[in-house]
Amino acid sequence: MGNIKWDEFFITGDPLILGAQVSIALTMLGVLFGLTYLKKWKWIWREWITTVDHKRIGIMYIIAAILMFFRGGIDGLLMKAQTSRPEMGLLSSQHYNEIFTTHGVIMILFMAMPFLIGLMNVVIPLQIGARDVAFPQLNALSFWLFFSGAMLFNISFVIGGSPDAGWTSYFPLAGKEFSPSIANNYYAIALQIAGIGTLMTGINFIVTILKMRTKGMTLMRMPMFTWTALVTSGIIVAAFPIFTVALALMKFDRLFGTHFFTVSSGGSDMLWANLFWLWGHPEVYIVALPAFGIFSEVIATFSRKQLFGYKSMVYATVGIALLSMVVWVHHFYTMGSGPGVNSFFSLTTMLIAVPTGIKIFNWLFTMRKGRIKLSSAMLWALAFIPTFTIGGVTGVMLAMGAADFQYHNTLFLVAHFHYVLIPGVVFAVFAGLYYWWPKMFGHMLNERLGKWHFWLFNIGFNVTFMPMFFLGLNGAVRRSYTYSAESGFAPLFLLSAIGSVILAAGFAVFCYNIYWSIRYADRNISSDPWDARTLEWATASPVQHYNFAKLPEVKSFDAFWQMKKNNEGLTLKDSEIEEIHMPSNSGQPFMMCVIFGVVGFFLVFEWFIPAAIASVGIIVGLIYRSFDYNDGYHIPVEEISKTESTWRNEKGEVHKHVG
Amino acid sequence: MEKEVKRFPVSHVIGFLASLALTFIAAVIALKTSLSFKAIMWIIGSLAVIQAGLQLFMFMHMTEGEDGKTNIINIAYGVFVAVVVVVGSVWVLTSGHAAH
Ligand code: HEM
Ligand SMILES: [Cu+2]
Repeated sequence: MGNIKWDEFFITGDPLILGAQVSIALTMLGVLFGLTYLKKWKWIWREWITTVDHKRIGIMYIIAAILMFFRGGIDGLLMKAQTSRPEMGLLSSQHYNEIFTTHGVIMILFMAMPFLIGLMNVVIPLQIGARDVAFPQLNALSFWLFFSGAMLFNISFVIGGSPDAGWTSYFPLAGKEFSPSIANNYYAIALQIAGIGTLMTGINFIVTILKMRTKGMTLMRMPMFTWTALVTSGIIVAAFPIFTVALALMKFDRLFGTHFFTVSSGGSDMLWANLFWLWGHPEVYIVALPAFGIFSEVIATFSRKQLFGYKSMVYATVGIALLSMVVWVHHFYTMGSGPGVNSFFSLTTMLIAVPTGIKIFNWLFTMRKGRIKLSSAMLWALAFIPTFTIGGVTGVMLAMGAADFQYHNTLFLVAHFHYVLIPGVVFAVFAGLYYWWPKMFGHMLNERLGKWHFWLFNIGFNVTFMPMFFLGLNGAVRRSYTYSAESGFAPLFLLSAIGSVILAAGFAVFCYNIYWSIRYADRNISSDPWDARTLEWATASPVQHYNFAKLPEVKSFDAFWQMKKNNEGLTLKDSEIEEIHMPSNSGQPFMMCVIFGVVGFFLVFEWFIPAAIASVGIIVGLIYRSFDYNDGYHIPVEEISKTESTWRNEKGEVHKHVG
Repeated sequence: MEKEVKRFPVSHVIGFLASLALTFIAAVIALKTSLSFKAIMWIIGSLAVIQAGLQLFMFMHMTEGEDGKTNIINIAYGVFVAVVVVVGSVWVLTSGHAAH
């Protein structure tokens, strides 16, 4: 059957992987045992697995993203340990290849994306004063398909072997000829499944934001995070289909022997690089733009000022989105498309610095003369500006085609994109978590631990990646598992490895902070603890499942701030409460997750007949859904009035305080 | 509503006739002329694009209703992305020594 030898099914013979296999087995047993022991099976099925509530889906995305951050982070640490000394023997070259490949894929597709999509899920419907997204069940399906793809990708290192051709998976290396094992099938298939989920999220959020805004919430009154989510969704819908098609062609090449990307028989290996980056560059902005939105919210709230230059911020966001579609060649100047092409793409790439610069200045001017409060969330936003600027400036250096021939494929580039992705995405999701945590869970994260987390992570980050700029300039290449003592790279590599330990300590404090806060944090907090400006703070914390008893009416930008200032719309009389129509839970998205996972697994191993049989399940699922006439249910007035009385004060007012 | 039902659908008729004309011109050029293959492809390709635009405006009511503006932005964005992907890829892959 297929071309896998059964003795190669489980990866054996490497103590690191054996350790991982044992710990995976133990964790799974632990979870199963724990759920049974605590009699939580019903609860987890009813409240989480079948939920269509955007807030819970968001929380599940975030939990998955934190787990993936852990996995990707371990990969990063292993690489840093391997290169800490010349000629280290911790990882073999093959193992190193697998690790940087899975690290890159997991960090971008299974950490950054779900983290931001998770925060979007939690916050966007609240910010626009809606009760859910436009298509709640589709939203659940999006999550479960992402989850299916992520899990499929993650089992690769214990079953069948991990992809090893880099997160870019360039042909001809990634083709059957040079990578004959099934490992690289995981890349094609797992990303395909997760990608379907992402595409549907994009569509869902475009419709939600265009169609579900509450009364008075015009486009130009939308909070900045909502704007960036809208534009990001637009880029998703434009760019992900390119990747979908490229991955499908990759699959045909690998599974069925076609020649789209092969060197011989009329294929074009460079077509893969071209299509990959046609998606890959916009992908960078898909993760960066919502992050910019988060910083805008956090900076405005903690400077206690309206966001400076809101309109220019919106235009800059749209401008970045359009430009992001026409810069992709800067990833392969060295491919040799000639001076005409390279000059054109150097130009467009450098142009991106303009709208990005506008944003940086808008944030600075927002803070100018503001009463800045140095909360943990704000610290992340403050640290973002200088560090991201380093990433941006080195980006402009790389943007010049002629100069790039020097930097290409060195650790200079690796340092550059970590300086963009870590401040631009990781700092943002940390800021977002500290900021919105009380909204999600009704208690704060510990601010003292937050400061430890912040300082350790920041120092660690800079110590890890700053040396890599210089290593790269000295000629250290990327994706290389070792170097000689004579190269003279050893001191900087060692420094960088020490930095990564500090970075890891920061992450550990973050995990401990979550644990500590869940156990000990004060539950008796205001629903608006930061004295914030946007509508998500106009309702209870944690948010009741119908979001708003009465949909708020918006009269200006920073709607909630104005409501507090003018003392309007903050009260709720019993007579105003009406029945609320909500969508019902559904187990179908989870079923689809399982079926897609099984089909994907069979396809990875090239077992076509079982795959064909299992994919009947997908079609049955689609048909079943077409005949699903469940219209949801109504929440009775008494229940709403009871829920509302638990968090409003006697006069039915929400907490308010504007200084 | 009432008014619209009674009014003679001028734009529909014009659109219909124009579509017919464009189709026949394309057919005649392709079948009855002896232009070069390349010229024929260019001409009927352009006619097809014109006709697609015509149909969007005349029959699919792209500009009407509350979503008129959104639809136009949508289509324009779609065209932009399609052109970038196709023309861009062809340009990048056929210039310099990437082509050889
Ligand atoms: C948390 C600490 C992190 C550490 C210690 C780390 C470390 C590394 C190292 C050592 C490499 C490989 C260098 C080489 O080419 O030999 C690498 C590659 C990479 N990293 Fe990270 N990284 C971290 C976080 C991230 C994050 C947050 C992202 C994305 C959001 C990311 C995305 C990537 C990508 C895309 C690659 C390229 C993989 C490839 O070459 O195919 N990393 N990282
Ligand atoms: Cu790029």
